[in-house]
Amino acid sequence: MTQTPDTPPALYAAREPIFPRRVKGGYRTLKWWIMGVTLAIYYLTPFIRWDRGPNLPDQAVLIDLAGRRFYFFWIEIWPHEFYFVAGLLIMAGLGLFLFTSALGRVWCGYACPQTVWTDLFILVERWIEGDRNARVRLWNAKWSARKARLRITKWAVWFVIALATGGAWVFYFADAPTLLVDLFTFNAPLVAYSTVFILATTTFVFGGFMREQVCNYMCPWPRIQAAMMDNDTLTVAYRHWRGEPRGKHRKAEGAENLGDCIDCMACVNVCPAGIDIRDGQQMECITCALCIDACDDIMEKIGKPRGLIDYLALADEERETAGAPPRPLWQHVLRPRTILYTAMWSLIGVALVYALFVRSDIDLTVEPIRNPQFVTLSDGSVRNTYTLRIRNLTADDREFRVMLTSDDILRIDVETTGAVPNHVTVPANETLQARVYVIARPQDAAADAEITDLRLWVEDIETDDRAGVATIFNGKG
Amino acid sequence: MADQKDIDDATGVDTTGHDWDGIKELNNPLPRWWLWCFYGTIVWGVAYTIAFPAWPMINSATSGVLGYSTRAEVVEQIAVVEAQNAEVSMRLASADLAALAPDDPAYRYGVAGGASVFLANCSQCHGSGAAGVQAAGYPNLLDDDWLWGGTLDDIEYTVRHGIRNETDPDARWTEMPAFGDIFEKEEIAASVEYVLSISGQEHDAGLAEQGAPLFVEQCTACHGDAGEGIRELGAPNLTDAIWLYGGDRDTLTETITYSRFGVMPAWGPRLDETEIKAVTLYLHQLGGGE
Repeated sequence: MTQTPDTPPALYAAREPIFPRRVKGGYRTLKWWIMGVTLAIYYLTPFIRWDRGPNLPDQAVLIDLAGRRFYFFWIEIWPHEFYFVAGLLIMAGLGLFLFTSALGRVWCGYACPQTVWTDLFILVERWIEGDRNARVRLWNAKWSARKARLRITKWAVWFVIALATGGAWVFYFADAPTLLVDLFTFNAPLVAYSTVFILATTTFVFGGFMREQVCNYMCPWPRIQAAMMDNDTLTVAYRHWRGEPRGKHRKAEGAENLGDCIDCMACVNVCPAGIDIRDGQQMECITCALCIDACDDIMEKIGKPRGLIDYLALADEERETAGAPPRPLWQHVLRPRTILYTAMWSLIGVALVYALFVRSDIDLTVEPIRNPQFVTLSDGSVRNTYTLRIRNLTADDREFRVMLTSDDILRIDVETTGAVPNHVTVPANETLQARVYVIARPQDAAADAEITDLRLWVEDIETDDRAGVATIFNGKG
Repeated sequence: MADQKDIDDATGVDTTGHDWDGIKELNNPLPRWWLWCFYGTIVWGVAYTIAFPAWPMINSATSGVLGYSTRAEVVEQIAVVEAQNAEVSMRLASADLAALAPDDPAYRYGVAGGASVFLANCSQCHGSGAAGVQAAGYPNLLDDDWLWGGTLDDIEYTVRHGIRNETDPDARWTEMPAFGDIFEKEEIAASVEYVLSISGQEHDAGLAEQGAPLFVEQCTACHGDAGEGIRELGAPNLTDAIWLYGGDRDTLTETITYSRFGVMPAWGPRLDETEIKAVTLYLHQLGGGE
């Protein structure tokens, strides 16, 4: 179909290939460090050992799906404590709100795995195929032995990285050194291989070929972030009031009217998202700050002050246009909004830490048997029956004494297999279900009352650790 | 609409003619992949009804050429479970129940299985919680009072042979006479007061005194000298707090006048050996076992 002025533009746009140029500078160095640290954390964490005693795994960070436990150094999370994970996720969410409202898409630019791995893949690409100009030439060149060799080498290195990425993931779910050997000797479970395969494929495709398209089309975060940024948010921007009108010919007539921008395209050439920051804020910009490094380099060379492209708040445009210095950074960062986010974030954090320290390693639930609610015994006593579930959250067998707050009014009788009355032994990591009888003598008030509040306790006979649970006693009333 | 094609200017495609505020729906053909998937589901659907039971007929449905049936599958699954449990089930059937330790798998199997046996066969009278129904004279199996004994052997015998049934010659059997034919009304009232007095309830002391010699004369043979009951005869203890039919004045009068005749079927012919042992174990651990 021929294009006529009436024809709407096609709904499909092919990807424009992007060849980011190498850049040096403060932000680039910072990004190298962040990449190194985050990758090291990802790859090495599963191999950190942490001694928990003889009956528990010694892997510092382990998600034991079969055993339904999450181990994180000295912390052990059981499925019923999943609220810790929920709390951490809420903190992660609030943390993102905080950083986005203060510093814009700083997560996208520095810490997002998509950014980190893409950066790594581009690094490999540059090593093998050369910098921007060489890569553009190679892209446009016809297929030749050299092009094939370079491409295959690049893809092979990418694939090894991708395989290692997918491979490292599965180490979080099993004993890493054992699984490493199993993976190479083909003894690992099928699910491990398929997980490695799937994650290797996504890493290879996302990092090698899709890159910024993942951010533009697949990731919901950029759209959400737009709602969290405002004019005070620090973001990577171009001081158009200083740069414009741009022009190359410094010595030409009328050059004194030109702005600082010499239209050298350095900022465009280094951009991994393939945009021109001078067009203003754009959805594609991940605020990786590489254009700042590129522009500062040029500004230094032509003897102009740095910061034509810089982290700045758009609210300062008017002040700066009028020649006043921008407001200090802390005034942009410290706003009611960011303070509120910080407060909420800290509140949940403190609550989680508190919950972590006060949680008991005995978990107790009680279920009064209501069919029938009570049984009258031959001496006129009233007996209630309860199912008591005692969960031992430690790796050692424990013996507990089951008791009532007071034996004055009610008597307790635990059906037990052990030798000592009312003592039960709960195996390590297990839940014991005990049948507990509570008896009120005929003269006790509880025998005739409708309901009496009751608290059952278990006490570790060695450590004296206690846990209690409230229930009721049904009388004849 | 049909006679005149409405071509969309921008795309050159025919439209359906439907118009929503100036927006028209293009009449593009369905994508080919979609059509083929659609045809595929039709072929699959037809083939499925041939392979599996599907078409309803007058009496049943077509059975399908693969011969699959959910009932056969259930039978198979049950057989697998039974094969898995065969060993422990056999062991329970031949076990000396008193010697089974509570952590023995056969014991646990028995208690769990016994609960099911109880719900299926016993709960109709004794209640799903085994608490019985006093108004109908179905005994509570949770308490510590047993008419015929609460040891494992006693319970097993009662389950196997039942009480006062005509079918099992070994059924537990005693019968209390209906004193309406023997006593005068005043004598019945007096003996009721006496029973109230020995069970520690509020009573008329004068009448109770008159009832005492009647009780000695007529009742102690079965209920014992002090009214404490005799288990061998299934005669209940009249001095405790537990009453099968109720211990108030009206109920006692009715019991003495007309007598009671509670019947329990013999379960020996209906349950297999494992089930009897299992339900015995279950009943024994409900809180009253001796």
